[in-house]
Amino acid sequence: MVYIPNTDAERAEMLRVIGVERVEDLFHDVPEPYRFPKLNLPRPLSEAEVLAELREMAAMNVDVDQAASFLGAGAYNHFVPSVVDMVISRSEFYTAYTPYQPEVSQGVLQALFEYQSMICALTEMDVANSSHYDGATATAEAVIMALNVHRRKRKRVVISPTVHPMYRQTVYTYTQGMNLTIVGEDTPRHDLQALADLIDDETCCIIVQNPDFLGRMFSPAEMQALADAAHAHKALFVVVVDPISLGFMVPPGRYDADIVVGEGQSLGNNPQFGGPYLGIFAFKEQYVRKSSGRLVGETVDAEGKRGYVITLSTREQHIRREKATSNICTNEALVAIASAVYLATMGKEGLRKVAELSYHKAHYTAQRIAQIEGFEVLSTWPFFKEFVVKCPAPVEEINDYLIEEWGIIGGYDLSKDYPDMENTMLLCVTEMNSRLEIDDLITALEEIAGGALESSVKFYLPT
Amino acid sequence: MRGPEPTIYEISSPGRRGFTLPELDVPETEIPAEFVRDRLLLPEVAEVDVVRHYVRLSQKNFGVDLGFYPLGSCTMKYNPKVNEVAARLPGFARIHPLQDPEIVQGAMQLMYELQQYLAEITGFAATSLQPAAGAHGELTGILMMRKAIHEGRGEPHRTKVLVPDSAHGTNPATTTMSGLQVVEIPSDERGNVDLNELKKHLDDTVLGFMLTNPNTLGLFDENLLELTRLIHEAGGLMYGDGANLNALLGIAKPGELGFDVMHINLHKTFSTPHGGGGPGSGPVVCTEELAPYLPGPIVDTEEHDDHVHYVWKMPERSIGRVRAFWGNFGVMIKAYTYIRMLGAEGLRAVAENAVLNANYLQALIKDVYPVPYGFRTCMHEFVAQGKIEGAPDVHALDIAKRLIDYGFHPPTMYFPLIVAEALMIEPTETESKQTLDAFADALKRIAEEARTDPEMLKTAPHEAPVRRLDEVRAARHPKLKDVPGM
Repeated sequence: MVYIPNTDAERAEMLRVIGVERVEDLFHDVPEPYRFPKLNLPRPLSEAEVLAELREMAAMNVDVDQAASFLGAGAYNHFVPSVVDMVISRSEFYTAYTPYQPEVSQGVLQALFEYQSMICALTEMDVANSSHYDGATATAEAVIMALNVHRRKRKRVVISPTVHPMYRQTVYTYTQGMNLTIVGEDTPRHDLQALADLIDDETCCIIVQNPDFLGRMFSPAEMQALADAAHAHKALFVVVVDPISLGFMVPPGRYDADIVVGEGQSLGNNPQFGGPYLGIFAFKEQYVRKSSGRLVGETVDAEGKRGYVITLSTREQHIRREKATSNICTNEALVAIASAVYLATMGKEGLRKVAELSYHKAHYTAQRIAQIEGFEVLSTWPFFKEFVVKCPAPVEEINDYLIEEWGIIGGYDLSKDYPDMENTMLLCVTEMNSRLEIDDLITALEEIAGGALESSVKFYLPT
Repeated sequence: MRGPEPTIYEISSPGRRGFTLPELDVPETEIPAEFVRDRLLLPEVAEVDVVRHYVRLSQKNFGVDLGFYPLGSCTMKYNPKVNEVAARLPGFARIHPLQDPEIVQGAMQLMYELQQYLAEITGFAATSLQPAAGAHGELTGILMMRKAIHEGRGEPHRTKVLVPDSAHGTNPATTTMSGLQVVEIPSDERGNVDLNELKKHLDDTVLGFMLTNPNTLGLFDENLLELTRLIHEAGGLMYGDGANLNALLGIAKPGELGFDVMHINLHKTFSTPHGGGGPGSGPVVCTEELAPYLPGPIVDTEEHDDHVHYVWKMPERSIGRVRAFWGNFGVMIKAYTYIRMLGAEGLRAVAENAVLNANYLQALIKDVYPVPYGFRTCMHEFVAQGKIEGAPDVHALDIAKRLIDYGFHPPTMYFPLIVAEALMIEPTETESKQTLDAFADALKRIAEEARTDPEMLKTAPHEAPVRRLDEVRAARHPKLKDVPGM
């Protein structure tokens, strides 16, 4: 039996020591009529067979190395240096559990302590935890933390309509038992003043994203004004960030954010169809005891040597049970370690370069698209690596053409989340997109402008 | 091992770099100065610095690949290497979650099949793979129960969730997070839920019961069918905490035992690695009645052009999405691979050997360490007490730390809360008799040391990268980062 070392002879000896005759006798507590049900599963395979089957399934997917991808919207194709996978393939890391026994878990603990340190450096916040599940759940946890800071007495949340739609949906799911009033999603997009006007003395927090879901960068002055408006009512200012943008952008710690959350996937992790990802979660020190998630702290051992432990656990479910700040237990530790390796490898110069390359290439792409008749770049605002394009046809049709004729994965169809944005696409460009790929995209869009959609013949991709 | 490893910042040297990037091949666009930060305090290190730093750190860490890891309730089984190869296939690792479904049919097929397999193994009607971890699955399941009862059945006055005193901390924490109230139910002298106590709380405010079965004592509740009947009669629903599903693969289907919704820890039962604390994956399975409330989208099939097409589908009364995108796909691949490798008989062999190993180990040590429920047959784990006759000052903590010197990861300590000095031991099916014998021997030698040289235990570990750490100091004077210049 695969992965089970004991032989029949050893099992027989063990049964003798236990004092039962057959393994089946160990299950007498299971109600007899329901014992040993049949499992209708495919027959077991050898390793060679299972890999062959999986390779076949994997080959049915078009990956972002086979096709030039201009798709972002919360998951990004940034370069992953080879060292990252090498480190997280160390089985001392990946086959360990949560570091409950610090003496034999110093590797994971120090790596997570350094992750926390680098996230603080990136965001200029006081404290970062060692991860939430992803950007969406980190945002929902920020709301719960803000509620707890206000002892659950304030029930109003202001959220910008350009926070990632899936993050907003997750906030609703998490808080459906909490009787909250969530406002702001019907304010005009990018209108920070309209959001500020919604903050009152019942508001526990306001959430905005920078750069926002549509790629817009808000200046530190604009963000500071919103922070001031929040703080005038003692509401917490929560900012959702793209960590790559912080390669050059002024970090939220500099415009008085109280909680900073974000999706850390782009820091050294493959897009892998949406997960595992990494919930970045950082905040001001004064809120540390209301915060959720694991924190690693520095201490000393019995001989005075430096070491690391999980700390401030009295906030957590295994100690506090129903009074815990969150129910989170398992988090995304290995993804956090991957991101720490990424941040260390890129360093301050490398991360800035990634951000700048993405910025310049995105702007070049937008400038080229603006010249194509029938296409209009709606991003008249400062943007980072994503921008909005009004197209002459439904996005789905354009994307079908791009993949079928050019092997290009097109942008995100914004009409899925914003019904008034029909025929509107969110395009993303990173350091992974060469000029050649961008020029191909331009040519393809020019063909579409020239009526190619009407004359194109559909063929099916390998399935 | 060597002394303390410097931090990555202590290795840093100004101007050093460990990366390469393509040259800018398009014209530059000015970045408005007001947006640009004045400092970025990340380290500056070479690639070789990074590699040595993390390899050295890894050497200060214990994992299943190094040895026995009997951490109770965590199911630290061996993580098959084929899983890792599978998850790294470019056609899985390098696909974007928002690609057109027609160009990710292979990934969606894998998710669909896994949904089916998990429902079949557990005896439920439907699955959502979206939750990222066990506790996330709990939140999902309780929110589903809440919505199904408050809205589906029109009984919003039901706000009480009953939780046994042996439950994981996540159960009561989840209940609070869902805006509901926890009522703790004691266990009886056989380690089962105390039905007489339970009956006192069965009124029309009961939303449901959260049960881990086998429970955290490693025991299959002998009154399970009566318990589920009572809850259903009272108008409540049964939540199954699937943390201990390893004991039940091919042994019983929770969906046939009266549970209505359950989460599964792919990172426990289905062999995906724990990653030093995550990522996990916590799919939720449920009955026909609750299926419309599952979070989504989930994968469904449609037939057209003589082909089966996999499509995203939001269950019609869904509680909503519980995270971005579809779930921890990378973890799903590993669980799928495991199920395909084992098949039905292999899965049953997993449970049988897990239970055999636990009972064998219990038999080997119960004369030396008290096992309060040792008069019963345990399932995949059991709870001993770190109490040694003739050594009153020695505690579970000391025994656990001394085990490190013998080359073993300690068991779960001081949990469940209802057993004093608890040592919760889960060997899993992937350990050999030799390993179990060696572990039992170590425990016996430690018991002897406790009487002859208790100081040896009090000051353990002696053979680890660090000595016992000062956790009080860490909490009193929290130092949660170290960034030079900040």
